[in-house]
Amino acid sequence: MTDPPQVDSDDVEDAHPFILRLFITGATPNSVRAITNLKRLCEKHLPGRYTLEIIDIHQQPEHAELEQLIALPLLIKEQPLPQRRLIGDMSDTPRVLAALGLPGSKS
Amino acid sequence: MSQTVSDRPNAPLYTLPKAPTGITGLDEITGGGLPQGRPTLICGSAGCGKTLFSMEFIVRGAMQFGEPGVFMTFEEKTEELVMNVASLGFDLTQLQADKLLRLDYVHVERQEIEETGEYDLEGLFIRLGHAIDSIGAKRVVLDTIETLFSGLTNQGIIRAEIRRLFEWLRNKGVTTVITGEKGDGTLTRQGLEEYVSDCVILLDHRVSNQISTRLLRVVKYRGGVHGTNEYPFLIDEEGISVLPVTSLTLDKPVSSERVSTGIAALDKMLDGKGFFRGSSILVSGTAGTGKTSIAASFANETCQRGERCMYFAFEESPQQICRNMDSIGMNLQQHVDAGLLRFHASRPTLNGLEMHLVAIHKAVKTFKPTTIVLDPITNLITVGAMSEVKSMLIRLIDFLQTEQITVLFTALSLNTVIQEQTDEGVSSLVDVWLSVKDIEFNGERNRGLYVMKSRGMKHSNQIREFIITDSGLDLVDVYLGPEGILTGSAREAQELLQETGVALRDHAVSRKDREIERKRSVLESRVSALREEFESVQEELNRSYVEDELRNEVLEKNRAQLTRSRHKED
Repeated sequence: MTDPPQVDSDDVEDAHPFILRLFITGATPNSVRAITNLKRLCEKHLPGRYTLEIIDIHQQPEHAELEQLIALPLLIKEQPLPQRRLIGDMSDTPRVLAALGLPGSKS
Repeated sequence: MSQTVSDRPNAPLYTLPKAPTGITGLDEITGGGLPQGRPTLICGSAGCGKTLFSMEFIVRGAMQFGEPGVFMTFEEKTEELVMNVASLGFDLTQLQADKLLRLDYVHVERQEIEETGEYDLEGLFIRLGHAIDSIGAKRVVLDTIETLFSGLTNQGIIRAEIRRLFEWLRNKGVTTVITGEKGDGTLTRQGLEEYVSDCVILLDHRVSNQISTRLLRVVKYRGGVHGTNEYPFLIDEEGISVLPVTSLTLDKPVSSERVSTGIAALDKMLDGKGFFRGSSILVSGTAGTGKTSIAASFANETCQRGERCMYFAFEESPQQICRNMDSIGMNLQQHVDAGLLRFHASRPTLNGLEMHLVAIHKAVKTFKPTTIVLDPITNLITVGAMSEVKSMLIRLIDFLQTEQITVLFTALSLNTVIQEQTDEGVSSLVDVWLSVKDIEFNGERNRGLYVMKSRGMKHSNQIREFIITDSGLDLVDVYLGPEGILTGSAREAQELLQETGVALRDHAVSRKDREIERKRSVLESRVSALREEFESVQEELNRSYVEDELRNEVLEKNRAQLTRSRHKED
């Protein structure tokens, strides 16, 4: 149930696209909330310059060991560096933005 | 987790199934192992052997009981873990290749993680579930989930999730061992694991008198009887060994077979046959009374019968004992070479009492002797308190009696309070107590041996003099004279004196005999004189009688003649 990379190709004004990977577990409330929260946030703050891959580790359990997964949902910011890991349902918007290094966190 | 009563009406109650750990002694304490399909907590402070304990549970499960296991480590990397347990002979790489083991290192780093709301530990569940399913694991170790608390901030979530994890593991039907660091006044730091576990085992590492002892205690065991005491355990090159200390019942087999002591005269004191097989013998005495010699001659005798003997020396080295016994005509080296005699020499302070006990256990299990010698047990007091030594010896005697092994202890008695207690403390346990005493008399020290007690046989109540000669040990009767017991040169002097007395008496007797002879001849000559006298008197008497006869005859004749002549005249 890997979603195809959602690329908003309207205008690529930034040279640093965000590559995000979100690990979820099926359709648990936390997972669903995390997806909606993250999508909304990305649309608002990173329109058109992010790739989001959503991985359900129920389907691909081997990822669990590979990526050292414990707490879920987990968002990994692969690009731009440094890599960051965020856990939770992404409801704490200021923290998410801070972790992603986005200036919108102050507003 | 399927504890149900069988449908059949008369079926016995279904008791808790147990997963054997394969750890020496632990299965005895827990009555078969850890609760199968349920979580068990192993807790203790740092360095008490938690990881090793859980690793042994997994490895033995995989190797001995055909139950594959998952070892999830939160603290040590898998490579480190593999290296650390390689010293115990566990080849984790091979086990992993054989699909009997799966190692999983879970890395939790607080720095790298930003918490942004509600989360759960589903990742851990899936990971664990995947690991379990991939090899069909029956056993799981989590070492240690406490790390989660330091890696993640939301304690409420973690606590709830750990509860859920335990429930999930139960439903999976895997026997789980989790480890936990001991907290302040609680069994674990979080005070959570002990409540969700069905069995709690507490490990402890205690140092007293600079000697450390590892101890294990089963704190809780739902649905099972278990030993509640603290049991010492040992980690050595073969893993963990726990000592199920005392057997609770006294129903050991007994033998009425007798074994020689190696000293013929001592056998004679013990009903002529020696000790019972499987009995315990204490030889006590002051320094230099020949305790080791008695012990060695018993060992020598055992080997000469072709049986095996194990000699635990706490004072002397094996070479020293062999050399010393050579001087009294005992060749112990030949038995060592023949593999019948094995020495196990160690200083008592090398390790704690329990370690000694475990060492003895192990040695006995591997060498299978029929006789063991402990020389001397009193040195163990330097390691532990009196009561500890006693309890250790009780356990040792218990163990040896169930194995039908004859054991001989030597004990040094000094004239101090502690040592007297030793005798008393141990002597009530042993079956035979031989006491070797110094008898100081007439400017020399001699050894006296007597049997203080000997259960189940007639035995001499006499003190014998115990002599050590070039050709071995012997007992001689002491001289009981009017002045009391005489030993050594005093005994010899007394014997000489007796011999002189005999010679003198012989002489006196012959002189008296001659006197009697003379008296008889005197009397006899006197008797013959009297007889002569009697004969002459008789002759005299006879003569007068004949004369009277003659006279009467003549008179008669004359009278007749006269008568006749008168008639003629008529």
